[in-house]
Amino acid sequence: MTERLRASQVVPDGVLVEQSTRASHAALAIGIVLVAFAATLPLWGESSWMREFVEIACYFIFAMMWNLLAGYGGMVSIGQQAFFGFGGYVMLALGNFGGVNPFVAIPIAALAAALIAAPVSWIAFRLQGGYFAIGTWVIAEVFRLSFANVSAVGGGSGTSLTALRGIERATRESVTFWMALACVVAAIALVYLFLRSKQGLALLAIRDNEVAAESQGIPVQRVKFAVYVVAAFGAGLAGALYFVGNLRISPDAAFSVNWSAFAIFMVVIGGIGRIEGPIVGALIFWALNKFFSDYGSWYLMGLGLLAIVVTIYFKQGLWGWAQQRWGWVLFPTQRTLR
Amino acid sequence: MLETIIQGLLLGGLYCLFALGQSLMFGVMRLTNTAQGDFIVLGAFGAIALASLVALHPALITIMLLPVAFGVGYVLQRHVLNATLGHDPLPSLVVTFGLAIVIQNALLEVFSADPRSLDSDGLNTASLTIGADFAVGVLPLVIFTVALAATAALQWLFTRTALGRSFRAVSDDREIAELMGLNAKQVYALATGIAFMLILVAGVLQAMRTTVSPSDGPLLLLFAFEAVIIGGMGSFWGTFVGAMVLGITQQIGFRIDPGWGIWFGHLVFLAVLVVRPQGLFPKTRG
Repeated sequence: MTERLRASQVVPDGVLVEQSTRASHAALAIGIVLVAFAATLPLWGESSWMREFVEIACYFIFAMMWNLLAGYGGMVSIGQQAFFGFGGYVMLALGNFGGVNPFVAIPIAALAAALIAAPVSWIAFRLQGGYFAIGTWVIAEVFRLSFANVSAVGGGSGTSLTALRGIERATRESVTFWMALACVVAAIALVYLFLRSKQGLALLAIRDNEVAAESQGIPVQRVKFAVYVVAAFGAGLAGALYFVGNLRISPDAAFSVNWSAFAIFMVVIGGIGRIEGPIVGALIFWALNKFFSDYGSWYLMGLGLLAIVVTIYFKQGLWGWAQQRWGWVLFPTQRTLR
Repeated sequence: MLETIIQGLLLGGLYCLFALGQSLMFGVMRLTNTAQGDFIVLGAFGAIALASLVALHPALITIMLLPVAFGVGYVLQRHVLNATLGHDPLPSLVVTFGLAIVIQNALLEVFSADPRSLDSDGLNTASLTIGADFAVGVLPLVIFTVALAATAALQWLFTRTALGRSFRAVSDDREIAELMGLNAKQVYALATGIAFMLILVAGVLQAMRTTVSPSDGPLLLLFAFEAVIIGGMGSFWGTFVGAMVLGITQQIGFRIDPGWGIWFGHLVFLAVLVVRPQGLFPKTRG
C-alpha cells in the first residue's frame, strides 16, 4: 500500500511515501490466521492453557502500554500499576455492588482508569525524567494505601469477585479467554494505528527532540497528556481483565510495583520504542517464567541481571538488534520516501 | 502535640540520612538511583553480618565498613552507572531498578525474609527524661545529631573544598568542566562513593533503631525521594528540612490513625509538588 501525502508541497512530485513493507503485509496475514486459530482454543484446548493465556495477555497489554508511554512518549513511569489496580477495583466494585456483568465492566473500568489519569497527570507532570518515574511510584502507593483502607472491598486483605458466581466454569473461562484475545488484538491495533496517524508522527517528533517539536508547532503538552491517558486506559484494561481471570483482588497484588518491573523487563528485552518489542519481550518472559520460575529468588535475580546487561550492551533490545541486522519490520510506523 | 513534633523531628533525622546520598547523586549527575533503599538495606545486612563475626560496637563496625561502602559506590559508578548517563533517563532507571531486584533477592537467599536488627549495646532502650512526663530515646537523638553533622559536612564539602568545586562544576556543565581538565567520570565515581558511605551509615542506624528485612528497600527509597523533592534538588539543607517535614507529617498521621501515617506523608509530598514543584530550597536546575 503506497499513499501520497496530502501535503504535496512538502513531497516533490514522483516521490512516493511508503508506510508498509512486504514483511508487514505478511505479518498482518499471519497475525489474522493466528488470531482466528487461537479463537477456537476453547473448543479443543485445556482450561489451564486458557488461564495461562489470559495471564500473559494481561502482562503483554500492560507492557504494550508501558512501551507507548516510555518508548514513544519518553515518560518513564514506575507507577503504571496505579491504573492497573484501579481498573481491577472498579471492575470488581461494578460487578459486586453495581450488578454489572464483570465482562461488560472491563471496558468501563478501563475508561475509569483513563478518567482518573487526567487529575493524576496534573500532579505527575510536575516532575521530569527520573523524578517523574519515582513520583509516579509514590502516586501508585497512594492508590494502594487508599484502597487498603476501604473496608467495603476487604481492606488490606482484599476480597473476591462474587459477581461471577452464577456463571458456569467452562463458560466463564471461555468468555474470559475470548475477552483477553480481543483485548490483545485491540491493544496492538490501538497503538499501531495511533502511531501511524498524524498524532503518532507528532509523538515520534517529541520523543526525538521536545524543543524542536514544539518549534514546529506540535502542542507537546497536549500530545503527552493524550499518551498518558491512553496508556492509563490500557493499563486499566489489563488490570480489569486480570482480576476477572483471577477472581480475587488485594491491594498488594493489584498495586504491586512488580507489574511495572515486569513491563520494563519485557519492553527492554524485546526492544523499546517499537511495537514488536513488547511482543517479543512477552514471549521471552512467558518462556522464562514457565521454565525457571521454580527457582524463585534466583530466577528474579537472573531477570534483574538480564535487564541490566541488555540495557548496557543491547540498547535496542533483541528485536532492535534483529531489525538492524536483517531489516525486519513487522509493524512499520515510519514513513519511507522512494 | 509538642511530643509528636519532637518525635517527628527525630524520625526526620533518619529520613535525612536516607536522603542525603540520593540528594548528592541527584545534584552531581542527575542520576535517579532507584536502588537507594535497597543499598541502605544491603548496608544494614552487611553490618549485621560483620557484627555476627566480630563482637564490636556498632560504631566500630561502621568505621570498618565505610571504606568498603566507598569502594562499592566508586566501582559501581565507574564501571556500570557511568555507561547509563545521558539525556535519556531510561538506562539509568532500568539498571538501578535491576540492581534493586538483584539485591532484594540476593538478601532473601542469604538472610531469609526474617526481619533482623543490629545490637546497639543498649542504646536503643536508653532515654533522656525531659520535664515531668516526657522522655526521648538516646538513639533517636544520636541519629538526629549524625544527620545534622552529615548535612553540615556535605554542605561544607560542596561549597568549601576543591572536590566540592569539581562536583559543582560537572553538575553545572559537564563539557566545560571537562575542557577545564576535570575527568567527569572520575568525579561522578567519587560522588557515588561518598553517597554510599552515607547509605551505609543510614543502614546501620536503621538496623539499630528498628528491624530490617530484604523487602524494605522500596519504601525507604520513596521516603528518601520525598525528602529530596520537598527540600528542593541540589540543596543539602533543603533535603534536611524536607526530611523533617516528612517525619513530622508522618508522625502526625500515625497519631491520628496508625494505618494512615505513611499515606499522609505521601499526600503532603504530592501537595508540595502541586504548590511548589521546585521544592522549598532549590539549588540545581534541570
